[in-house]
Order: sequence, then structure tokens, then C-alpha cells
Amino acid sequence: MPEITYLEAVRQALWEEMKRDDRVFLLGEDIGRYGGAFGVTHGMLDEFGPERVRETPISEATIVATAIGASMLGMRPVAEIMFMDFIYLALDQLVNQAAKMRFMFGGRTTVPIVLRMPGGSGTGAAAQHSQSIESMFMHFPGLKVVNPSTPKDAKGLLLTAIRDPNPVVFVEHKLLYKTKGQVPEGEYTIPFGVAEIKRPGKDLTLVANNVMVMRSLAVAERLAKEGIDVEVIDPRTLLPLDTETIIESVIKTGRLLVVHEACQTGGWAGEVIASVTGSRAFDYLDAPVRRLAGKDVPIPYNRLLERAAVPQEEDIECEIRAIVTGKY
Amino acid sequence: MPSGKLGAGVTNEVKKMVVEEAGDDLRARADRLQLSDEQLVEMFRTMCEIRHFEYMADKLYAMGKVHGTMHLSAGQEAVAVGTARAVHVDDYLINHHRGHGHFIAKGADIKLMMAEFLGKDTGYCRGRGGSMHIADFSSNSLGANGIVGAGIPQAVGVGLALQMQKSKQIVLAIFGDGAANEGVFHEALNMVALWKLPVLYVCENNKYGMSMDIERAAAKLPIAQRAESYGMPWYCIDGNDILTVYDTMKTAAESARSGQPVLVETLTYRYFGHSKSDRNLYRSKAEIEEWHERRDPIKRFEAKLTQAGIMDEALARKIDDDALAAIDEAVAFAEASPDPDPSSLTEFVYA
Repeated sequence: MPEITYLEAVRQALWEEMKRDDRVFLLGEDIGRYGGAFGVTHGMLDEFGPERVRETPISEATIVATAIGASMLGMRPVAEIMFMDFIYLALDQLVNQAAKMRFMFGGRTTVPIVLRMPGGSGTGAAAQHSQSIESMFMHFPGLKVVNPSTPKDAKGLLLTAIRDPNPVVFVEHKLLYKTKGQVPEGEYTIPFGVAEIKRPGKDLTLVANNVMVMRSLAVAERLAKEGIDVEVIDPRTLLPLDTETIIESVIKTGRLLVVHEACQTGGWAGEVIASVTGSRAFDYLDAPVRRLAGKDVPIPYNRLLERAAVPQEEDIECEIRAIVTGKY
Repeated sequence: MPSGKLGAGVTNEVKKMVVEEAGDDLRARADRLQLSDEQLVEMFRTMCEIRHFEYMADKLYAMGKVHGTMHLSAGQEAVAVGTARAVHVDDYLINHHRGHGHFIAKGADIKLMMAEFLGKDTGYCRGRGGSMHIADFSSNSLGANGIVGAGIPQAVGVGLALQMQKSKQIVLAIFGDGAANEGVFHEALNMVALWKLPVLYVCENNKYGMSMDIERAAAKLPIAQRAESYGMPWYCIDGNDILTVYDTMKTAAESARSGQPVLVETLTYRYFGHSKSDRNLYRSKAEIEEWHERRDPIKRFEAKLTQAGIMDEALARKIDDDALAAIDEAVAFAEASPDPDPSSLTEFVYA
């Protein structure tokens, strides 16, 4: 299997799907000659032309609305929201419109749109360009929320997203764009609602998303040398959420830690923990269930402060040790 | 009707006001517009049907048969019918919350509309949407919207899809005077003009955004002149004269179809309050009566049709009675329809 970056995997998915299906088109700010703020769509303007790689004015609400309108006429738009933080400008269109249209119109239409949006901190972009707000989208019935952590998942999930008849929020993480991983040759899709056990283990179930999967795996490898065997699960899609895989894992390990970069209060860890403690896994718990999340603070600019705002490898390691030794 | 009566504070600024000319001859105008007597009478009939639908809705509400709210368009029928007849039947419609009339004019089934209004399983939205979310995809009506102005930018996407699909259809996107002050109005006008999309925007100015008089809400009137900022042609017309509406919309739709989007503002008036909570504290009885008595779109059209000998009073009464009978039939259908089964609650959340 060839090894490519996460960014290349996203681009491959867009490229191949646009070759396969002429209803698919891209729209967003600076996605043409510039190649998108992070370079994801680089080269696509030359290949597909300005009609299918449609650059828009800085009008996020209307970008999302345009995707909605076009999708109702059978198109398959994929919009790029330059930074996840900018989706707030388009929330009415996403939440009041796209998410609800099929339902409130009695099932007589579908809104097959994909909104790609890079989130996350670690680039010094400060409070309005660094958020992780994926938890919020889980609160809106009608949406699907996808959050890949590897190149393979990014490609397979994006193909599924474009083919899904519902509005999909596709969250990418800026720090993952340059990470590499093996991606299968040829076309493949990854279904929504299927978590992946990224590392099997027997002592503790650790559930994490996007960049936290990478950090958790690094910590798990180190701790394995000390005999602490951590199972790392990536839900891959937050809505739908594969609680069953997590529950089965907790029944096996008896311990649960959820790690995410998103702010702790109201974060998706709470949803996972409620699902597990309210399930048959409750009887198997050997320790309090815990979460390690971003601090409840806007992302700061200063490097040290920014680092302190979200879980780092040492924080994850410390938390795992606390749980397995019973010293919280 | 002299242009000075269309709304105080409006006319001084108007550059492209299209109004009914004094002594306007219906026959000559209809001939010029190539409208047959049958078409004219049909337009009258549809206006009557809309009027009765709205009054029936109000009556059903008073009788305690309606669970939710409603936004009635009585008084605005000329905009609905004049516009719908000026575009092609397969053109798309994006509607606003006060949209019953536009749906009826576009060809929606009033039985299914009434059933939706009463929340029934046989309604357009299987009782999920109610008055504010009626959509009839079979007549290319892409839905009403409960969020003021939210349909305006969606028309960009519909127009873009039509352009990409090399379709000859256009999208007609209708919104109120209040919606023109939403930010997306400006985003969307810019984008349709920039991309030369087949979009006809209609701003149905009924003078009030809920209770807010447009003169207190807009820094410069008419609203339509804002189109100039985006290089778009615009018109501000008497929305209560159906042939003025039809005439202008024909020209505007043709322009949109050729890739030059247009904004048309229609000056009109709603007789009922904004919604069921409205006690009409912000406008005078005299004002409401003035519009009823002197500017009613149905009375005006009826007078001209009879004057031109296209319709006599007996036919007018028969048409009106038939329209009411059709509404009664719709109510009977709706009332006999079942409620949705609570076990189907989560149907349609996802495709």
C-alpha cells in the first residue's frame, strides 16, 4: 500500500469522486489557484476547471446555502469552510436549514452536502482559528459528523460522505495534514458509525478523536513497555456514534478514559461516558470513568499557553497511570 | 392609481416605479401581454381561491382546530398569481413564511396544503412542518422557510445547479421587506449577479416586518434600488395590480432566463396581523381599511374584468363561490385525514 499524507488522502478522495461523478463539485474561498488555505485542493482547478472548483466571495452563509440549493437539484456539492471557526457565520444554513429540511418537508427532499472544515489548535492561530467544535454538531439531528484521524480513514470516510444523501460535517485536523499513513490502492469506502480499534489492549479503553488518536497511540506504545496495555478506539464518526464497540471494549478492560481536544464542558466525552455507564458495561467497571479534554478556555496565542490548553502526550500518560493505579 | 399613493416616503426616491397608468385599458394591456380571456379569468379565480384559503385558515384557527401558528397573505394575492403566471410552470420557487398564496398559484394541491396546516399525515410534510414549512417538490416548490431571509441564499445554489445543468429553468425566490435587511440578502445578490445566475428575486414589501414599518427599518427606499450596488436591474412596482405584476415579472423572468438576475419589489399589504399573536397595535384601522377599500387587488381586477366585458357580476360570484367550495372540500379532506402515528416520529430525520 502506498504511503501518503492525510492532506493528499483528502485530495485523492475529492479528485477520484469528481472523476467518477460529474454531479460533484467544490466550492469555497481560495480553493482555486491558491489551492485552499491548507493546500488541499491544489491542482484541482487546472484539472476540473472553474465551474467545478468554484471560488466564492467571503460569504460563508451563502456558501453553505449555495450547497444546499444545488443539492436539492441533484448536485453533490462539497464546500470548504476555510477554518472550522468560520462555520458560525453559516450556522443558520447548516442547522436550521440543511439539517432539518428533509424532516420538516416530510421526507420529500434530501440535502446531500459535505462541509469540509479544518479544526484544532497547535498552529499559533489563536482563539478564532483553532477551535474544536465537533461536539456541537452532534446536537443537531439530521447532520452526520465525521472526524478522521488517519489518511486511510480520511479518504474512505470522505468518499462515504460525498455519497451519503444527508448533510455531512467533515472535520479535518490541521496538525494531521502532514502526517503519513498507508492508504489502500483503488476505490474503497469506510462506513459511518463504525469505530476502529486502533490498538488492542486489555487494561484500559481509551477513546479519542483526530490528533488525540495519534498522541494516545504514542503514549500507549510507551506504556506497553511497562506492562500497561491500553486499547485505543477511534470512533471515526461522532454522529452516528458507535457506542457498541466502546461498550464491548469496556466490558473487556473495566476502565474508560475519553480524550479530546474540544473543551471539556459539553464535550463529546460526556456523551460517550453516559452511553457506557448507562449500559451493561457498568457492572464491569473497575475504576471511575474519566475524561481528559481541552481546558474550558479560548485557544491562546502564546506557544506555552496554547500547549497547556489541550491534552498533550504527558497529560494522557499521567491520566492513564492515575486510572490504572487507582490514584486520581 | 397615482404613484404617490403607494406608500408615504417611498415614492420620492423611486426611479423605476412601474404603476398602473390612469385610465389603463385592460383589454389593450391584455392584448399586448397576449393574455386570453380564459387566462385572465383563471387568474381571478386563483386569487379568489387564495383569499378564501387564508380566511378559512383564520376561521379554523378561531375554531381551535389549528395547533400552531400561521402567516396569512390575504391582500397580497396579485403578487402571487401575477408572478406565478409570468414564469414557466416548471420554474423553481423558493418561498417565505407567508407563502400559502404562492404555493396555490404555483399549482400546489390545496387539499394537501390544508391537511398540512391541520398537521395531518396526508399533508405535504406528513404533519412535520405545518404552515411555515410547506413544500411541494412535484411542482418544483422547494419549500417555505421559518427563518426570515434564509431562502434568499439558497436560490444561489438552485440557480447555480440550473446553470451547471444547462437548464432553461429559472428560480424564483420570494421574500419580504423584513428579509431584505438580513446579511445574506447582500451576499446572495452579489453572488447571483457575479455568476449571472438564472434567479428572479421578488421582494414582497407588505410594509411591515412583523410590526416594524419598513420606513423605520431601511435607511434608503425603495428596497429594490439596493440591486444597483450589484449591477442588477430592479423594479419597484404596484404589487396590488395583477397585470403590472405579470407584465414586470415577464420581463424580469426573461432577463433571469438569459443569465441576468433581477430584483423586483412589489408594494402590497397584508390584511391579517403578522401571526396569531398580532393585535395590530402598530398600524391604524384607517390604514387597513384604506387598503381594503381602495387598493384591494381582487376588487380592482374584478372591476376591470367586468368593465372590459370579460366577466359579468354573475360569473364573478360563481367563480368566487366555486373557489370557496374548493376550500371547503380541502377542509373536509384535511379533517377526515388521520394524524401521523407517533411511532413514526423519527422518520425522515435521515435519508
